[in-house]
Amino acid sequence: MASVLLNDAEKTFILHGVEVDLRCDGRRRGDYRPMELETDVVSTASGSARLRLANTDILVGVKTEIDVPYPENPEEGKLEFFVDCSANATPAFEGRGGEDLANEISSRLSRAYQSLPLAPLCIVPKQACWKLYVDILILECGGNFYDAISLAVKAALFNTRVPQVTGSFLDGGSVDLEVSDDPFQCWRLDITKAPVLVTLSKIGDNCVVDPTAEEETCSVASIVVAVLDSGSLTAVIKIGEGSVHEQTLIETIKTAQKIGVELNSSLMTALNQEESLGPKRQRFGFLK
Amino acid sequence: MDLISDQGLRVDGRRAGELRRIRCKLGVYDQPDGSAYLEQGHTKVLAAVYGPHQIRGSRTKALQDSVVINCQYSMATFSTGERKKRPRGDRRSTEMTMLLKQAVSAVIKAELYPRSQIDVFLEVLQADGGNYCACVNAATLALIDAGIPLREYVVACTASLANGKVPLVDISHLEETMGGPNLTVAALPLSGQIAVMEMSQRFHIDHLEEVTQLALQGCRDIYKILDKAVKEHLLETGDFFPQLESN
Repeated sequence: MASVLLNDAEKTFILHGVEVDLRCDGRRRGDYRPMELETDVVSTASGSARLRLANTDILVGVKTEIDVPYPENPEEGKLEFFVDCSANATPAFEGRGGEDLANEISSRLSRAYQSLPLAPLCIVPKQACWKLYVDILILECGGNFYDAISLAVKAALFNTRVPQVTGSFLDGGSVDLEVSDDPFQCWRLDITKAPVLVTLSKIGDNCVVDPTAEEETCSVASIVVAVLDSGSLTAVIKIGEGSVHEQTLIETIKTAQKIGVELNSSLMTALNQEESLGPKRQRFGFLK
Repeated sequence: MDLISDQGLRVDGRRAGELRRIRCKLGVYDQPDGSAYLEQGHTKVLAAVYGPHQIRGSRTKALQDSVVINCQYSMATFSTGERKKRPRGDRRSTEMTMLLKQAVSAVIKAELYPRSQIDVFLEVLQADGGNYCACVNAATLALIDAGIPLREYVVACTASLANGKVPLVDISHLEETMGGPNLTVAALPLSGQIAVMEMSQRFHIDHLEEVTQLALQGCRDIYKILDKAVKEHLLETGDFFPQLESN
């Protein structure tokens, strides 16, 4: 992660701020920073979204490809996460520098996304299915990767359009697939079972949501909880070097669950609002 | 399908000497010392500049009389029509990195920062032909945003030859794949110097001069657009005084 250098006095300042429920940027412990979200920003991808959470900038592109299902799940499609930490974010990510972080994030995301039903992505059982590549590009780091990435991924999946496929069985049981060229002949994923991740960082005796990069350096441990629309949890991950007491952990998870449900509903409101503007809405991309 | 129709229009409706629409923004991010975003048609790139700073890694890389310029070209996996397996590290990216370094080294006043390093990172978000050009142009803007002293702008542009006789400027991906040679030029538009030149296919030497001329004209046109964007950005941020400029 981005190396933030803080001295003891600065750390104490942050710690005391969290204690009295007033953080350095004026937020309370349960507040998120302002977010900007735009979908359909990359025309070469089937679905895309860009999310800016204060200084954290995430661009997600979803690509679709026809593949053969896994033998153990012959009636399901495939979903693959790939994270790329761009050197634009910090020079430490240059070359293969960001790979460890990228692998960590992508493996945790795929675990949290096990709740998403993949059966609709199957075309012909055992023979053909859609493979969705969810490619995540980290362009700037300002803390709280997990929340930002999960929101951007969910938005990109919402925006993804999978082409219609018609097929005919040939002799010998093989199939001949024809993918529709018409951009309007497509279907969209049901993302009600896609989780958002909520990170709670333990600073001192309290937990804060949406930690900045500075707050992350002060935190001993963080709990990342994957929450669905319904409030069900699909994954709980503890990150950081420190340890958390069992009682704290359970309380934290409960708080995260509440926040996650709210976050999910506000994300869906924002996405539907953007959708209602129609295809002719003004696009900003990176020019704003 | 022809690269240029009888009416003199190209596949995307441009005329032979017309550029694609260029939109850009300086200072997109806070963390890098300089950053820029540039769109050239459907090609979209982000550039970030870090430095000048102390040499990272081994000190032996440091130069006693000039700055070390470190570039990285990388393409988002979703930027192309077919998904890329790796964002960087393949042969094409390595070559691009080298050519980029060559272009920016031509303009940075390297002698001002001995024993230091400047990083120039480029990220292609969407590729639609002329990636290298968009990268060089974005890198120039990011270097200006970072306040690094430059001799002048370095601007890149491509040119091609349609139907064996009509030179075309600023080639799109479709035109690239439809055949026709591709000449990439990175130039210093004010002094008319060429920093990088690369040709993808052969064409007759008789045509080379006019194609190069057109590419250079493209560079000068892009220079005007970039210069305007820089001045507008500086007016907005309050670092630019037009009355001083006119003296």
